[in-house]
Amino acid sequence: MKFKSLAIFLIISSFFLTCILSIWKIMATLQGLNFTNLNTTPVFLIGILLSLAFVLIGNKLNHLIKILLLSFIFSISYFYLNEASPYWYIFGVFLITLFFTNKLKKYNVQSLQEDFISEKIIFDFITLFGIVFFAFVILFPFYIMLVTSFKTQIALLVNPLDFSLDFTKSLTELFKSYFVIFETYNFGRYILISSAVSIGTVIVTLLFAIPAAYAVARLNFFGKDFLSTSILIIYMFPAIVLVIPLYTVFSQLGLRNSIFGLLIVYTATTLPVAIYMLQGYFKSIPKEIEDAGIMDGQNWFGIILKIIIPLSLPAIASVALYVFMIAWNEFLFSLMFLDSPKSFTLSRAIQYLSGDAETPRQYLMAGSVIVTLPVLFIFIYFEKYLVSGLTAGSVKE
Amino acid sequence: MSDSLSKLEKRTAYTLVLPAVLLVFAIVLFPIFANVWISFKDIELKDIRIPEPRAKKIVKSISENQSELKIIYKLRNSSLIQEIRNVQFQDKLPTNVSPVNLDSRCNFQSKKVVCDFGNWQAKYRENFEITIQNNNSEIIDKKIIKSQKPILSGKADNPLLTTNFTLENFKKVFYENNFVELLLTTFYFTFFGTVGAIIFGILAAQLVNQNIQGRTYMRGILLFPYVGPVVALAYTWTLLLDPNSGTLNALLVNFNVIEQPINLLGQKYITMSILGFEFKLRLALTTVIFFEIWRYFPLAFLFILARLQAIPQSLYEAAEVDGASPIQKFIHITLPQITAIISILFMIRFIWNFNKFEDIFLLTGGASGTRTLPINVYQQGFAVSDIGMGSAVSIVIVMLLLSFMVVYFRLIGKRANEV
Repeated sequence: MKFKSLAIFLIISSFFLTCILSIWKIMATLQGLNFTNLNTTPVFLIGILLSLAFVLIGNKLNHLIKILLLSFIFSISYFYLNEASPYWYIFGVFLITLFFTNKLKKYNVQSLQEDFISEKIIFDFITLFGIVFFAFVILFPFYIMLVTSFKTQIALLVNPLDFSLDFTKSLTELFKSYFVIFETYNFGRYILISSAVSIGTVIVTLLFAIPAAYAVARLNFFGKDFLSTSILIIYMFPAIVLVIPLYTVFSQLGLRNSIFGLLIVYTATTLPVAIYMLQGYFKSIPKEIEDAGIMDGQNWFGIILKIIIPLSLPAIASVALYVFMIAWNEFLFSLMFLDSPKSFTLSRAIQYLSGDAETPRQYLMAGSVIVTLPVLFIFIYFEKYLVSGLTAGSVKE
Repeated sequence: MSDSLSKLEKRTAYTLVLPAVLLVFAIVLFPIFANVWISFKDIELKDIRIPEPRAKKIVKSISENQSELKIIYKLRNSSLIQEIRNVQFQDKLPTNVSPVNLDSRCNFQSKKVVCDFGNWQAKYRENFEITIQNNNSEIIDKKIIKSQKPILSGKADNPLLTTNFTLENFKKVFYENNFVELLLTTFYFTFFGTVGAIIFGILAAQLVNQNIQGRTYMRGILLFPYVGPVVALAYTWTLLLDPNSGTLNALLVNFNVIEQPINLLGQKYITMSILGFEFKLRLALTTVIFFEIWRYFPLAFLFILARLQAIPQSLYEAAEVDGASPIQKFIHITLPQITAIISILFMIRFIWNFNKFEDIFLLTGGASGTRTLPINVYQQGFAVSDIGMGSAVSIVIVMLLLSFMVVYFRLIGKRANEV
């Protein structure tokens, strides 16, 4: 029993270490290091030795000294087993091993005899592995997007694996793609248009949605139930089935290539979500507060303006941010309705750039960074609001 | 008293709701019905302009002294398929200039040439000439004549509003459009995209729900693909997967995992052999599905995590006392608690994946066997510019969606009754 759990522990922990070190090696390869072999077998074997040594030493040494010592020995042996590598790379290996051995802290000869220990080991390491895996898979494309914008097409064609940044170059040289897309491709204008459309959509949507949501949440009228179910159903209907009729009507009315036309469409398509999210929140406001307002002789306009809005600012903020992100990221309608570069949004401009096969990829990626950064900043900064908005906006539960 | 109050309440409610309802009706509901209309019409992109009479004015000198000029109006009907009725023409001449031998359809009064051209057939063209002369035999300035633009007007039917209908579009959708393959591709994409996103969502939620350091950061990072703009993400993936100098292929070749770069987005099939069985995998479609999973598993993750965090810890503690293993805890406590949210997520993601256009359009443009119904709407309507046909495909999408929703609400309704 003890031997079985020890074996599982050694194999799983070493497998995990091998995975992280392979990711580290891939990242180092992308800095232009000339590795051609992941060397997983020897790493796996010395990983097993490392874990074994860790468990056997147990409490005979202070934990800190123990992990420093073991990591040092591991890194040295890794250095000799691996292809020629610079010191910073081995230092990274040392830090990873340090992190890894620190995670092993709770395992010793005694703990390996507990109930269900093999399942617990598997769960523990799958959790660790999962976190590293998900973080890597998600962040890697973003990383590539960012570093590509600092490289040049020619350099990448010569060596597609060298993403190292040359900091000896001047800043203007390093950020050249960004200067080019602003100067040659007019990205300043597109940022303005995108911001105007997105902010405009937020304002107009709130103007329409707050009164409607209040009525759905509070007032009794014929067709109310029908309205609340249709909100959800309409939300399910895809933009692609609206495109052809809207295109024909907009062409005849001269609304294509106009920011105003885009604004109407964005508002109408985000309204159902906005109303749905807001009415849920309005319902949670105690009715007594409003009754006091009615006593004071307020009409519905006064109640909404002076009572409902101040009390539901967090919900309104999350709806506003959510609508902003939808409008900022929107692509289908801007593809259909805008064909003059004068009225492009950022997304449409990037797609237009990519249509020309001659456009170097670093410009495309610089544009992508510019369109992505605001959303990510907003998201990170207001994550709490947005997460509650996302959950409330998408499912009725 | 209470009666008038409830009347007031109703009126207030309608005033508050009406603007939003009207806007949504005009931009969302109206087009869905308009699709039905357009799908029964034989209409192309170039026909959607309302036909109008046009004239191009050319001025020529015919005598030495320039006191006589010839004006040629190149008249035409802008439409190739529709007639314009009752075309009226008007052009102004300078003082002291008048026409000679004016056409019988026209007359000249108070410095204006006014003509009634009657009806113009589709594709109608005519070179209409008038000769003008100065009454005092002075020189006529060509530029002044040229700068004066003729005014034309006429009545034409809006080609969208005529009442000649046809079933051709639907015939084409079902018989000439590889309909079965189109449908299969759509379902393959939708189903695997949905299931994959939910499985990864469960895994990620299970991970983040553990007591790990930096849990909130992890939750934020996991949502990046969902909140990022689709254009940027799709092009980054295209670059990453590029067969010539894409990072992924270069890495795999570098570490000797593959010998030749694989065109993950441009190759329809790849032959795989597993355990001696050879089979063909839809490569480009699979890659697109993986992008779809990558982008949308965060949503599933978020919902499942919210549900997991609502499960009372006491349940797990009780199980711990009873000596349950981690796997038993997952199967007997966690799983029953998340089945409801998973079924809702499945339906919502299924419908949304079914409608997905941007992701596939940006990655492959619908080539290499990734043509789904929404892509087909775009191809028919804008690439082939047969908008009647595009609308017919839209109708097929709407019909399928409605049937999904009926199933969905039936199931949800049943669930509600059980509880």
